[in-house]
Amino acid sequence: MNLSGVRVRRPWRLAAEASALLIAIVVAFPLYWMVLSAFKPAGEIESTEPRPWTSAPSLDSFRRVFGQQDFGRYFVNSLVVAGSVVLISALIAFLAATAVTRFRFRFRTTLLIMFLVAQMVPVEALTIPLFFQMRDFGLLNTLGSLILPHIAFSLPFAIWMLRGFVKAVPEALEEAAYIDGASRARFLWQILFPLVLPGLVATSVFSFISAWNDFLYAKSFIISDTSQSTLPMALLVFYKPDDPDWGGVMAASTVMTIPVLVFFVLVQRRLVSGLGGAVKD
Amino acid sequence: MVLGGLLLYPIYQLGLISFFHYTQAQVSGGEPATFEGFGNYSELFSDGEFWRVLLATVLFAAACVASTLAVGCALAVLLTRVRALPRLALMLAALGAWATPAVTGSTVWLFLFDPDFGPVNRIVGLGDHSWTYGRISAFFLVLLEVVWCSFPFVMVTVYAGIRAVPAEVLEAAALDGASQWRIWRSVLAPMLRPILTVVTIQSVIWDFKVFTQIYVMTNGGGIAGQNLVLNVYAYQQAFASSQYSLGSAIGIVMLLILLAVTLVYLRLLRRQGEEL
Repeated sequence: MNLSGVRVRRPWRLAAEASALLIAIVVAFPLYWMVLSAFKPAGEIESTEPRPWTSAPSLDSFRRVFGQQDFGRYFVNSLVVAGSVVLISALIAFLAATAVTRFRFRFRTTLLIMFLVAQMVPVEALTIPLFFQMRDFGLLNTLGSLILPHIAFSLPFAIWMLRGFVKAVPEALEEAAYIDGASRARFLWQILFPLVLPGLVATSVFSFISAWNDFLYAKSFIISDTSQSTLPMALLVFYKPDDPDWGGVMAASTVMTIPVLVFFVLVQRRLVSGLGGAVKD
Repeated sequence: MVLGGLLLYPIYQLGLISFFHYTQAQVSGGEPATFEGFGNYSELFSDGEFWRVLLATVLFAAACVASTLAVGCALAVLLTRVRALPRLALMLAALGAWATPAVTGSTVWLFLFDPDFGPVNRIVGLGDHSWTYGRISAFFLVLLEVVWCSFPFVMVTVYAGIRAVPAEVLEAAALDGASQWRIWRSVLAPMLRPILTVVTIQSVIWDFKVFTQIYVMTNGGGIAGQNLVLNVYAYQQAFASSQYSLGSAIGIVMLLILLAVTLVYLRLLRRQGEEL
């Protein structure tokens, strides 16, 4: 298909397609190697002649990962953190986005600029004061110390993006609903909510990923109670700089990457259109 | 409210701590915190290591942004030149790289470049050359990983932008005999400027505060701290050496630099006549 409407000569197009495929392979290679190494038996991983296939796939590395430590527990912890962040921030973002697009009030523009500026704040720099704040709340070593900051940091971007989706719903629709006797709440949940759901999905991807991937907060706030650790910390147990257990690291990485990958591929269509919309606004 | 509580208050406290003498004794309540004014900052600014790290951070971020943008834009143009199947393959591969968590991306790239068991040294024929030993080569390895996981955002966004450009414009340019490079430079780039601004600023912000990749791949900042960047430096000062006030001062410096970038961004947006 020739999208841009410019006629490209055949040999050039074939060359372009060949290089696109080649680049796709190079880009996908690290992921392929990760999964492959996770299934390789120990002897093949620690071999000085690595091969791009395995003759005897084994689940040894996975067994080691799930056997050693409470890896299953960490997995559940990560799910709890990412899940709560997604649900709570989606709910707040939806209400807030509706508020800033459908109502005019004082400081509305100030609020919008604040959302934008808040996205620029290097959240990593706030680790130190947040550490003391969590200590004062008595939340250190609990999953709450991870959930709260992630909700706060994913909200500005989520509201900013959702705004475009709420804006796209015509106001005539709202008036029609009221004339038909619908209450505000009913309009909000039964009409507006389904309409902005695609946008909500796109923003959820970002909150999910930032919470799921978080390494710094997990490392700083969960200091002594390892039963509250999340996956990134668990992964590094296998990675000792002088003598890393590569099989274990790759198996743990695979377990950690697969959920995000599935989530991402499932929503990719909506993500691309959602992103396009957000950028154009 | 949540936003105010968890964003504004920490920023205020970060600033506050950076003016005090705050170490392990003060955290446990053993000694009262003493006000030091700009003491922490003057200590920081007179420390040669801080300037070395700052310079490394700026250069590293610049290199990351430039490579990410170049790769992302080139691939976005390539995407418009190919049929559906190669496009889908490249899209899926890029989405995979995009979705990969920073921690796992870091460990996988380390493994790929492992001197003993990694495939890259075999293919390139480098023997047991260690990539993380030298300062430049360690930074280069991290740069590869950062570009790998951040070019997809640029590629997808720019591709969406190119598709929004009317086909007639490109056709007219081609009829007038413009070369591919000329079309990109004189037609596409100006039309895509708003999008390019957004992705550039986003990349600057992301790459300036790289933490996980450096921390994992160079094991906390490299041999004798040769691969430290500001974010990791602040973390090490605060949580490894208990110099919370010095760490906070570094945080404030980062905050100010990024705030300056943000202001430039807002001005650019405004000049393009966009309304909030």
